[in-house]
Amino acid sequence: MSLLEIKNLSVNNLRTGQQIIHDLSFSLHENRCLCIVGESGSGKSMTAKAILGLTSPWLQVNGEVLFKGMNLIEQSNATMRKVRGQKICMILQDAMTAFDPLSTIGKQMIETLRENLVMNKTEAKELAITALQSVQIYEPEQVLKKYPHQLSGGMLQRVMISIVMVIKPDIIIADEPTTALDSINQREVVEQFKKLLAVNHVSMIFISHDLSVVQYLADDVLVMKDGKCVELGEASKILSTPSHSFTKFLIDTRVGLSQSFQQSMSGGEAIVLES
Amino acid sequence: MGIYLIKRVLAIIPIILCLSFLAFVLINLRTSDPAEIALRVNQMTPTEDMVNAMRSTLGLDQPYFVRYFSWISKSIQGDFGESYVTHRPVAEHIATALPSTLQLAAVALLIIIVCSVVVGVLCALYEGSVGDKLMRAFVFLSAAMPSFWIGILLIWLFSVKLGWFDTSGMERVSSVILPAVTLSLGFVSTYIRLIRNNMIKNKNENFVLYARVRGLKESRITLKIFINSMQISMTALGMSIPKLIAGTVVVENIFAWPGIGRLCVSAIFNSDFPIIQAYILIMGVMFVICNLVVDMINMMVDPRLRKEM
Amino acid sequence: MKVIQRLLDDKLAVFCLLVISIVMIAGVLSPVLAPHNPLELNVFNKYAGISKDYPLGTDQLGRCILSRLLYGIRTTIFLALLTMFVTILIGTILGIIAGFFRGKVDEIIMRMCDVMLSFPAEVMILAIVGILGPNLMNVVIANIVAKWAWYTRMIRSVVIQYMDKNYIQFAKVSGCSTSHIMRRHILPGVSGEVAILATLDTGWVILNISALSFLGLGVQAPTPEWGMMLNEAKNVMVTHPTHMLAPGIAILIVVGAFNFLGDSIHSAINPKLYQKKNNRSRMNVFTRNKKFISK
Repeated sequence: MSLLEIKNLSVNNLRTGQQIIHDLSFSLHENRCLCIVGESGSGKSMTAKAILGLTSPWLQVNGEVLFKGMNLIEQSNATMRKVRGQKICMILQDAMTAFDPLSTIGKQMIETLRENLVMNKTEAKELAITALQSVQIYEPEQVLKKYPHQLSGGMLQRVMISIVMVIKPDIIIADEPTTALDSINQREVVEQFKKLLAVNHVSMIFISHDLSVVQYLADDVLVMKDGKCVELGEASKILSTPSHSFTKFLIDTRVGLSQSFQQSMSGGEAIVLES
Repeated sequence: MGIYLIKRVLAIIPIILCLSFLAFVLINLRTSDPAEIALRVNQMTPTEDMVNAMRSTLGLDQPYFVRYFSWISKSIQGDFGESYVTHRPVAEHIATALPSTLQLAAVALLIIIVCSVVVGVLCALYEGSVGDKLMRAFVFLSAAMPSFWIGILLIWLFSVKLGWFDTSGMERVSSVILPAVTLSLGFVSTYIRLIRNNMIKNKNENFVLYARVRGLKESRITLKIFINSMQISMTALGMSIPKLIAGTVVVENIFAWPGIGRLCVSAIFNSDFPIIQAYILIMGVMFVICNLVVDMINMMVDPRLRKEM
Repeated sequence: MKVIQRLLDDKLAVFCLLVISIVMIAGVLSPVLAPHNPLELNVFNKYAGISKDYPLGTDQLGRCILSRLLYGIRTTIFLALLTMFVTILIGTILGIIAGFFRGKVDEIIMRMCDVMLSFPAEVMILAIVGILGPNLMNVVIANIVAKWAWYTRMIRSVVIQYMDKNYIQFAKVSGCSTSHIMRRHILPGVSGEVAILATLDTGWVILNISALSFLGLGVQAPTPEWGMMLNEAKNVMVTHPTHMLAPGIAILIVVGAFNFLGDSIHSAINPKLYQKKNNRSRMNVFTRNKKFISK
């Protein structure tokens, strides 16, 4: 059963006349993780923003985004605000600049929780502490008192995930959450997402250009190039037997990279990875 | 925090010393002989004996550094000498004139803050609208208009034609309005532009996007943008305080406002050097101290700057 | 050059350049263009209205206002340009020396700049005029002294940026003389920033010179100068308010032109600003706010 259906989505830049997304169609099914893959600039983030109605005023969005019987593109700002906060939550790419620099993490978490869930300040604070603990942040009370610039990118990313975890939306959209992180933090964050999928039974759209993460998390894959859908289907099928030349190219490049890495790590012997 | 404050205050002292030395050097660049001037101003024809006598009275026959140290030590104690014209202590003149200037500057600052915040925020929220365009045209024009021209035009309109305000002097509470408005017009344009541009820049920042993503109310988001923009603009606004105080010269002259600007100008016409000297020193010190205070406040408000301590 | 190309494409910049050129030519040709001698008194004809003989009327001493306005260009604008030229010269020389040679020389120059910059400019100008005496030359000197530190600082930082670049190192290594490096490589790089600052500052200096003349500390009567003319107009405000208009508008036009030009040079040099300026015109009112997009 499809939870979110996108039909013929297109985004035009009215300032330059350029079309950023061409006639994109796909569906997100319940309890599935759809990964959107592609190079930088292929329109992945733009798709997420278009779904949530967060594109810049000079971008014209056409098509249908059907969610629980509503076409999200036609909804007013007030309705979309409720959808964004409670039903479809997004995790941004650059965690370090995502938070208000002049406000503590605690304040920002509490204001988010109070806005989207019905509770008072004390309850929100307790929930925030529980949330931080569930993403393996120790000493949550200390973290709540800190300002964004005092925490690392990985930690801030986990704070964002924790907020989403306690709000329990229907759909989570994660926009390249691991791109800005170093490899250790990447691993931790990816594990968090795996946990989210397994435990909370949530549906996810995970945007990434890192094929290894995609391989680990995805149930379905959508490959994009230059704002168009190039391939769409189940992850296991696409990653092992890609039909489009571009997907083949992406996978080959990735395999090539891992091979040479393995070669240099093991001192000359190439070990072929199982894809 | 306390240690940092003490460090900063100590760092100012050499700057103030250099300032005072510069002021002293400047004063002594004068081409005319102050002893002669002091005599002439009091309608006495300077014979050579009288000039020499006056010179030793004024302490001008002593070596350079001795004069500097005696001047500086007296100034710290508040003794700036006596006016050549009135023979009253300079400190007395300044004590009467400074409060008037500060009053004028305070009212002007209020007008600047209120106008630039309101107009700047509105222009940023309605970016590109007709109102925004009109405001930018106005901002541009007022930056090119000489403040004294605006002053006399305002006098003509509101005092001569409409009779709403006094043309000059400091009699009523309302007489501060025209001078304050004239004074503020030179600065309002800069700050409207600054606040507007800061808000527009912040509107496009990532944290605004994330706030929307989290479903926060639009009014709350606007407040966040505002606080972030103001925090940047505050340094600039703070710096305008000494500029305002220094810039009252023209306005005080037009409106016959009895402040230190007017005092300094008439001192220049009378070659009354002790007053000019004191003016330079006081203004310089005020400037440096204002800088420091603004820095400190900025540090208290922006948590990111505290990291550097 | 690309920058000059972009500048010439900007209609507003071209208009401003035109205005400034016309004003400067009018100033140079003022003996030819002015209908009367600006100093010529004609007390019987004072406060005359607009006529063919006196296109802008006469002032309280019967002098032709238009002629005084034209001759005033020489006083106000040419002196402002002279001030800017000398300031930039001093700033450039000191800035390049400080940035190029670094070390002790740099330290000394920078300390001097720091002290100069710790004084507000208006106070410095008043101080110098006060001490040297109120006349026009001293106003010019005061403006130069107040501003040179800004330029020195700015040019020094640009020079330091350039010094790090590879082609300077190469030039040094390949034996080019110091002056050659300075002329061929550093000067062109610095000139952009200087152009912006200088244009904007010219407006500031014009306002300064006229303000001081307004106070009586600059030009001395009867030399025609726009600020001085406004001072005289102030005295007859009640009976002849129209006298306040011509000199004020003249200042407004010239300073406005310089300010606009400075902004345009800024956009021409910085391609990102230039893009934004052009893109905005393509949007129309309805696309601006998403709320109004009808589906």
